[in-house]
Amino acid sequence: MATAPTKGEEKEAENPLASGLERLPIRPTTLTIFGATGDLARRKLLPALYNLAHEGALPERFNLIGASRSEMADEEFRKQARESIQQFSRRATDAKVLDALLEGVRYVSGSFDDPGLYERLGTAIEECDEQAGVEFNRVYYLSTSPSFFAEIVKQLGDHGLDHHEKSDVRVVIEKPIGTNLREARELNAAVLDVLDEEQVFRIDHYLGKETVQNVLAFRFANGLFEPIWNRNYIDYVQITASEDLGIGSRAGYYDASGALRDLVQNHMLQLLTLLCMEPPVSFSADEVRDEKVKVLHSIHPPRPEEVCEMAVRAQYGAGVVAGEDARGYLDEEDVPADSATETYAALRLEVDNWRWAGVPIYLRTGKRLARKVTEIAITLKPVPHLAFQQEGAVGVQPNQIVLTVQPNEGASISLGAKIPGTRMRIRPVNMEFLYGTTFMSESPEAYERLIMDAMRGDATLFTRDDEVEAQWTIVDPILEGWGAEAGPIPQYESGAQGPEEAERLLEPDHRWRAI
Amino acid sequence: MTASALEGGVWSAQDTSPSEVESELRGLLRERHAQSDAFVPARVLNLVVIADREWRGEIQNRLERVGRYHASRTILCAVEPGRKAIDGWASVTAPRSEGGSGAIVVGQEEIVLDIGSHHLEHLDSIVDPLVVTDLATLVWSPHGHPEAVDALLDLAQVVLVDSVDEPDPAQAALRAGRLAERAYVVDLAWLRSAPWRERVAGTFDPPEWRDDLSRISAVTVRHSPVSVIAGMLFLGWMAVRLGWQPGVMVSHGVALQGTAHGRHQDVTMRLEPDEAMSTPGFAGLTVETASGMSLSLDRGPGGLSARRTDREGRESRWTVMGASRGEPGILGEGIRQALLRDKSYGPALAAVKSMVAA
Repeated sequence: MATAPTKGEEKEAENPLASGLERLPIRPTTLTIFGATGDLARRKLLPALYNLAHEGALPERFNLIGASRSEMADEEFRKQARESIQQFSRRATDAKVLDALLEGVRYVSGSFDDPGLYERLGTAIEECDEQAGVEFNRVYYLSTSPSFFAEIVKQLGDHGLDHHEKSDVRVVIEKPIGTNLREARELNAAVLDVLDEEQVFRIDHYLGKETVQNVLAFRFANGLFEPIWNRNYIDYVQITASEDLGIGSRAGYYDASGALRDLVQNHMLQLLTLLCMEPPVSFSADEVRDEKVKVLHSIHPPRPEEVCEMAVRAQYGAGVVAGEDARGYLDEEDVPADSATETYAALRLEVDNWRWAGVPIYLRTGKRLARKVTEIAITLKPVPHLAFQQEGAVGVQPNQIVLTVQPNEGASISLGAKIPGTRMRIRPVNMEFLYGTTFMSESPEAYERLIMDAMRGDATLFTRDDEVEAQWTIVDPILEGWGAEAGPIPQYESGAQGPEEAERLLEPDHRWRAI
Repeated sequence: MTASALEGGVWSAQDTSPSEVESELRGLLRERHAQSDAFVPARVLNLVVIADREWRGEIQNRLERVGRYHASRTILCAVEPGRKAIDGWASVTAPRSEGGSGAIVVGQEEIVLDIGSHHLEHLDSIVDPLVVTDLATLVWSPHGHPEAVDALLDLAQVVLVDSVDEPDPAQAALRAGRLAERAYVVDLAWLRSAPWRERVAGTFDPPEWRDDLSRISAVTVRHSPVSVIAGMLFLGWMAVRLGWQPGVMVSHGVALQGTAHGRHQDVTMRLEPDEAMSTPGFAGLTVETASGMSLSLDRGPGGLSARRTDREGRESRWTVMGASRGEPGILGEGIRQALLRDKSYGPALAAVKSMVAA
């Protein structure tokens, strides 16, 4: 991925020492985490920073500042951060590296709408600069409730923390960007009232996953697939993100969100765009995102009367999961008895452009399904003439290309092959590539990659304002249509394949892959 | 053939042949597949190791400690002078499955061949039937045996060397250069300096410090006494990247010193052995500029201790964070690098030749 130009970099000579290094340098950075005592920071961000430090991947000079509402001294925050890292790091911690990471960590407390917080923060950041004699780049990571995003950005602007004469200032914003199109637009407008789009890094952590990025490698590094990657050869596409678990203790969040907002609007549409986009001219941030946005614009948002034809929602009912009885969604703790929140969503979309016109793209996601899997399955059109005997064998089936994002990351292609014997009988066989058997490297956590990219100024794996809004443009009418429906929503048995109603989305001869 | 046994995923035989070993290994793989659908053989690269028989155990220990960077099929040729017949041992190992249903278990294959010195000249005829076709093959010969490496150069795409094993830097550079003409060379001596190269590049990356690159007047590398060649490779890298013409390095007491002609001024290159360093690699380095800035990086707790002094004499110190990989980690990194291509090594190696020329 190319590095975005940073302040003054356009005229700047290339660093001759950086050329050829496996890991390119990152400019000195002061990273401020808003919501530094929250769950995301504790479980993901702080451990990710430790792992970057362990691997020597943080900038040469690096400062970390925690900002949150809880009153505490620097030392107390360091203690909390140490405990979080030791508990959640993907690797055992090296005490000396951990000490080095936490040694200079600072903490500023205050309510996110309290101007005093930003004054103290500004002072802390300037002290970092002065002590080092370096103008550090500033990265603000908003790991707070979404309701604070606009306020924090406004306060950064009010206190002159949004721009700096000699260094780059970037703001990382966690999902969700709004809960509908209107909110997304309002948030984007509020953010861009203070910042330039180039400064904004909207996280969709799915894009930080190696296997999601590999969709691009699979498509654009292999001449084998491009000739068939179109409506002439592809019959239909299925994108599945299923989980075997229920909502656990997340009823508060989940019941207000639902499957469509939780997974489809962001992660699954990201997968769809990577699958369907045209080859970008280069892998620079805007070239890639331009192509993704074109795909989203090619999907017609459904009219109200079309919603029931192209979208299905359901809730998990009671069932058996892994041999144990499992309760239904409405019986989960803290879920309202009359909740109409969907735990399963399936859509049939069409990308109306030259390449994809007429190819149904089925999306489905759900909780408490048969197993956890995230995959893209591309089914090719059947061969035009069958010269082989179909009797006594499964016979010739359409080829299928399956890109598995998790759990067994890889790709497989189903082929027809002759069954050994004296007769010419055919059955499908699989040709498989599995990441785990082919690469020795352990994939970094998505957050490690994304934090590093944000510090480096590379926005390729982040979502642009128009991209988020285009996603909501597709999802909003479905939410509105479902909101207008009265009565209980369909149920599906926990541990099974999903609701029967999802079958109605499929065209004749199409079928859902077994989860 | 005598005394053949198949026990629990392990097969061994005395006075065997490569084709029998290959056939029995295939049998082991079939057996593992039959035991579990979840078993999948890793397919990353072939690693061929040529080692002295008496040090076979030590080499196996080193390979076991490389962490996640295992070759998928390792063929260890243990050389025993005077041995006439080939004894073979093969195994297929996989971690106990801890994943849920549907999780795969990735297996690795290991072959150990006890061979005689006379087998080395045509080692390719023994190894060829045993490597997995279409996978990259990496050769590592930690106890010398150059004739064995030469025999495998048509078979292997990558050779793993540790230039510090050759005490004479001129000979080390010559050997690595010759190998590089026929295969891709991964040099552990070069890999040990990777974090140092990254740090120096990072230090000069901010625009306000970039101009200092053209003002560098001296570079001193403090190294383990065995790592002279590693220091030269580092200096060679800087010379290539910054357009210096390095001259011959000569002894100054225990140190080696030379001059590189830069575009703006001459650069003093100095290699200082650090007797306290018990493992190969660098203890520290210092870069000085004509304008009076100096930057020192030294091994320290939790990473490298950095000290920068500006032209007014103001000093700042910080820690560049990073965990030490240790020697097992370096070997693992060497195996990982076999599947990458570092285009900096060749030019750095070429620059070393002008530092050691008579």
